[in-house]
Amino acid sequence: MSASADFEPTIIGFLCRWCSYTGADLAGTSRVKYPPNMIPLKVMCSGRVDPSLVLKALADGADGVLILGCHPGDCHYHEGNHKTMRRVPMLKSVLQQYGIDPARVRLEWVSASEGDRFAEVVHDFTEEIRALGPQKRVESVA
Amino acid sequence: MGENGKPKFAMYWAAGCGGCEIGVLDIQEALLDVADFFEIVFWPVAIDAKYKDVEAFEDGYIDLCLFNGSIRSDENRHMAQLLRAKSKILVAFGSCAHEGCIPGLGNQYGTEALMDYAYSLSPSTENPQGLRPQAVYEMPEGDLEIPTLLDVLTPLDAVVNVDYYVPGCPPQPPQILAVMTAIMQGAELPPPGSVIGAGVKTVCDECPRERKEKKIREFKRPGTAQPNPNECLLDQGFICLGPATRSGCDALCVKANAPCRGCYGAPPNVEDQGARMMSAIASVIDSSDPEEIERIIASLDDPLGTFYRFSLAKSSLRRLAR
Amino acid sequence: MKRITIDPITRLEGHGKIEIFVGDDGQVVNTYFQIPELRGFEKFAQGRPVEELPRITTRICGVCPEAHHMAGAKACDAVYHVEPPPTGRKLRELLYSTFFVADHSVHFYVLAGPDFVCGPKAPVAERNVLGLIQKVGIDAGKRFFGMRRQAHEVIKLLGGKAIHQVTALPGGVSRGINEEERKQIEAVAEDFVDFGQFTLDVFEDVVLGNQGYVDLVTGSTFRHETYYVGLVDENNCPNFYDGQIRVVDQDGKETAKFHPSEYLEHIAEHVEPWTYLKYPYLKAVGWKGFVDGKDSGVYRSAPLARLNVADGMSTPKAQAAYERMYSVLGGRPCHQTLAYHWARVIEIQAAAERMLELARDPDITSDDFRTVPTATPTEGVGCVEAPRGLLIHHYKTDERGVVTDANLVVGTTNNYAPMTLSIKKAATDLISGLEEVDEGSLNMVEMAFRAYDPCFGCATHNLGDEGSLEINIRRRDGTLIHTARR
Ligand code: SF4
Ligand code: SF4
Ligand code: SF4
Ligand code: FES
Repeated sequence: MSASADFEPTIIGFLCRWCSYTGADLAGTSRVKYPPNMIPLKVMCSGRVDPSLVLKALADGADGVLILGCHPGDCHYHEGNHKTMRRVPMLKSVLQQYGIDPARVRLEWVSASEGDRFAEVVHDFTEEIRALGPQKRVESVA
Repeated sequence: MGENGKPKFAMYWAAGCGGCEIGVLDIQEALLDVADFFEIVFWPVAIDAKYKDVEAFEDGYIDLCLFNGSIRSDENRHMAQLLRAKSKILVAFGSCAHEGCIPGLGNQYGTEALMDYAYSLSPSTENPQGLRPQAVYEMPEGDLEIPTLLDVLTPLDAVVNVDYYVPGCPPQPPQILAVMTAIMQGAELPPPGSVIGAGVKTVCDECPRERKEKKIREFKRPGTAQPNPNECLLDQGFICLGPATRSGCDALCVKANAPCRGCYGAPPNVEDQGARMMSAIASVIDSSDPEEIERIIASLDDPLGTFYRFSLAKSSLRRLAR
Repeated sequence: MKRITIDPITRLEGHGKIEIFVGDDGQVVNTYFQIPELRGFEKFAQGRPVEELPRITTRICGVCPEAHHMAGAKACDAVYHVEPPPTGRKLRELLYSTFFVADHSVHFYVLAGPDFVCGPKAPVAERNVLGLIQKVGIDAGKRFFGMRRQAHEVIKLLGGKAIHQVTALPGGVSRGINEEERKQIEAVAEDFVDFGQFTLDVFEDVVLGNQGYVDLVTGSTFRHETYYVGLVDENNCPNFYDGQIRVVDQDGKETAKFHPSEYLEHIAEHVEPWTYLKYPYLKAVGWKGFVDGKDSGVYRSAPLARLNVADGMSTPKAQAAYERMYSVLGGRPCHQTLAYHWARVIEIQAAAERMLELARDPDITSDDFRTVPTATPTEGVGCVEAPRGLLIHHYKTDERGVVTDANLVVGTTNNYAPMTLSIKKAATDLISGLEEVDEGSLNMVEMAFRAYDPCFGCATHNLGDEGSLEINIRRRDGTLIHTARR
C-alpha cells in the first residue's frame, strides 16, 4: 500500500519507565534525531500493556502502536516482559485474522543506555507505518 | 403507570434467534406473576400490538423494555430508537443486545461478503443473474420493501443509550427471575449502565473443576481430544473462556464437559473480553523463547473467533476498518 | 389495486411479512411472503474450528437449536471420517427425540390447536391456548405444561444447556449419563408416551369429531399436489436423526432416494430479489415459479411430507395412528395441507416411543460415548429432520479442521415455496370478492402457513387475549382504505 506523501502517522508508544523511557531521555539529551510522530506513554513495565490498551489506541486514532520494554532477563518485575513477549504475538494473530496488518503493532527491547537504538526503532517503525498508510475506522452506525 | 396502576412492560426481538424470548418463558409459572404485575403493552411474540401502536405511545410510556437481538438492519435500528424514546428503562437483554453475540463474527468479513456467499457462492444456490435482495423492488402489482442490512452488526448501545445489561446467550431463567423479582418488589436498582442478572466474579469461580498451576505448551481442541471431566480445561490445554467471563450461568458448559465460550461477557471492570482472555492465556504459556512461543500460538486455531466468540461486535476492533 | 399487508408475522424465525394485492375487481392478484433478515452464518462459519459449528449454528434459531446442534455434529463426524460409538449416537438421538416431543407439542397446543379445537372463526379472545384448555379440559393444560418442564430438564441434562446445547462433538458426545439419570429420563419417556396417546385422542375426539374442521382438512382450499421429501431408515420408516433422503412424487411414487451427502445433485436454491430467504427446489424438475404439479420442482418437507414418503412407522403406536390417518384421508400421499397437524401429532407419539426405547437401551449408560477422531478432516454433510423440515449442514475444512466452506439448507426454508403457494391459494379463495375482509377469513389465510409451523411458530402465540393481526388494505398508491384487526 502506498500512502500519500504528506501522511504523518500517529503512533502511540508504551515505554517501560525502567528502561526504554530512560533510553528515550538519553536519545533526547544526546540530541539523537528521531521522528516526532510517536506520543510516548510511560508505563511501569511492558507487562502492564494489556492488549485492550493497544486495541483502544488503534481504535481511538493511532496508526501504529509501539511497545518498548527491558531486554528479556532485565525486567524490573522479573517476568513482566515475558508476558508481553507472549501477548503481543497473540494480539497480532488476532489483528491479522480481523484483516488489520499486524505490523501496526511492534514490540522491541530497548535498555536505558540504548539511546541510539531507541531513535532507530522509532524511525524505522514510523517509516513502516507511513508506508502502510492511515488506519481506517468505521464511521458511527447510529 | 396506566389507569390500572400497573407499570407497562415491553419486550422486543431485533436481529436474534428467539432464544432470549424462550429463556423468559422458561421462568415457567413466575411468568404469570410477571404478566399480572405488569401491563404488557408491546411484545410481538406474545401479544399482537403492532409497530404503529408503539409509535402512538407518548415518550417514556413504557416503564420497562427488554430489548433482545442485535442491530443488523435499518429496521432494527429504527425500532431501537423508537423503543428508547418510549421507554423509561431500556434493557439490553441477552448477548446479542449486550455485545452482538455470535452473529457479530460476521463483522470479520463484512455485510457484502455475507450476501455474496448466501446468494452466489453457496454451492446449492442457483442464481445465474446474480440477484441480491433489494430494499425496494418493483413488481407489477406494486413495490415490495425489505430492510437494508447495515455495514456492521452492533449491540444495542451502539445506537441508543442503554440503562441496564442482562448478559447471557440466552440469559439463564434463574437470573431472569431474580431480575424480574427485584423490579417487581421495587428493589433499588444499581446505577444506570450496570450489568444486572449476573454475578460479579468469573465463571472460574463457579466452576467445580480442580485447578493446578497452568502451564501450556500446546493447545488442544475438543474436536480432536477428549477432556478429563474433573480437571480445569485450561490446565489441560483446552481454551476455556472461564477466566475472562462474568459469572452467573452456574458454569453450565464446563459442567457438561465443554469449555466456556464466554456468553456472559466480560467480567466486572473489564472492557474487552477478548483482550482479557489474551492476557490470561499469555500468562500461562510455558515458554520464554520467541520461536517456541510462535509455535505454541500457531497451534491455536481461530484466536479471533475463540476470544471474541460473543463480543466481537462490542470490542474496540469494531471501530477498525480494513 | 388494493394492498393487504400482514406485518410482522411474529411467529416466524426473525420476522415475516405478507403482502396481498387485490385488483379493482376485488380478486386477489398476487401475494408475496417476505423474510426481512439475513445474519450470514454460512460466511462467518469460515475460519472457525469445525467442532465449534455445532455450538455456533445453534444461534440460527433458539426455537430449534437442537436440530442445528445435531446436524452440525453429524457433519463433523463426516468431516473427520468417524462414527460415534453406539452409546454416543444413542445419547444424541435420545436428546433429539425428547426435543421433538416438546417442539411439536408446543405447536399443537399453543399455536395451531386453538384454530381447530376452538374453531377457525371463534372469537379471538377464545382462540388461544387458554380457550383450548377450556375446551379440552384442564388436564390437557396441566399435562402440556408439565411435559414442557420435563423436556426442558432432560434436554439440559443431555445437552448441557436447555437452549443452545454444547455436548455433541465429532465422534460422539462430551459426557455420558449414569443409571440414576437414565431412570429419570425413562420415567419422563413413559410419561411422554402417555402424553402422545393423550394428544392423539384429543385430536381424534375434538378435531375429527368436528365435521366443520374435517371439511376444511379435506377441502380444496388447503390442497397442493407437490413432491415430498423426508429422511427414512432402512425400512422406509421416518427417522428424525438419521437415514437416506427419499423423494416421492404427486402419486406417491419414489423418484429418488439418496444419501444426504449427495444433496447437491438433487436440491438447489432459487433467489428472489424481494426477500432474504431462498427457495429450495428439486433440481431434476427445475424451478418453475410458485406453482405445484409434476412439472414444478417445488417440494414439501416436515411432518406430512415425512409420512408421505414413508412406508410406515417404526414404532407400534405411531404405526397404528399412521394407518388410521391414511385410511380417513384416502391413502398416501395426502396433499391436504391441514393434515400437517395430524401428521405432527403422530410424530409426537413416534418421537416419544423412540425416546422410551432409547432410555431403556442397555447401551445408553456405557462409558463408551465418544470415538475421538484421528483421521485428517476433509469434507462432510450432516442431515437431520428438524421439526420444520429437512436440515442439511455441509462443511469443508483444511487439514487442521478449520472451516473453509459451510453451506446450510435450513428447515423452514424447505417449505418457503409451498407456504407461498398456500397463502396465495387461501387468499384467492377466501378473500377475493369480499366487501369487508373479516377477521375469520384472515385467520384462515394465516392457517395456510401456520400448518407448516414456520419457525417461531412456537411457544408463545396468543398468550394474552389481545387482537392479533392487523391488515391494512391499501390502494396501489398506498392510501389506506380499510383496516381490519383479528
Ligand atoms: S443472545 Fe443468544 S439466545 Fe438471545 S437472541 Fe441472541 S443468539 Fe439468541
Ligand atoms: S478455565 Fe474453565 S475449566 Fe478452568 S476453572 Fe475456569 S471455567 Fe473451570
Ligand atoms: S459456561 Fe460460558 S458459554 Fe457456557 S453458559 Fe456459562 S458463560 Fe455461557
Ligand atoms: S520493567 Fe521494563 S519490561 Fe518489565
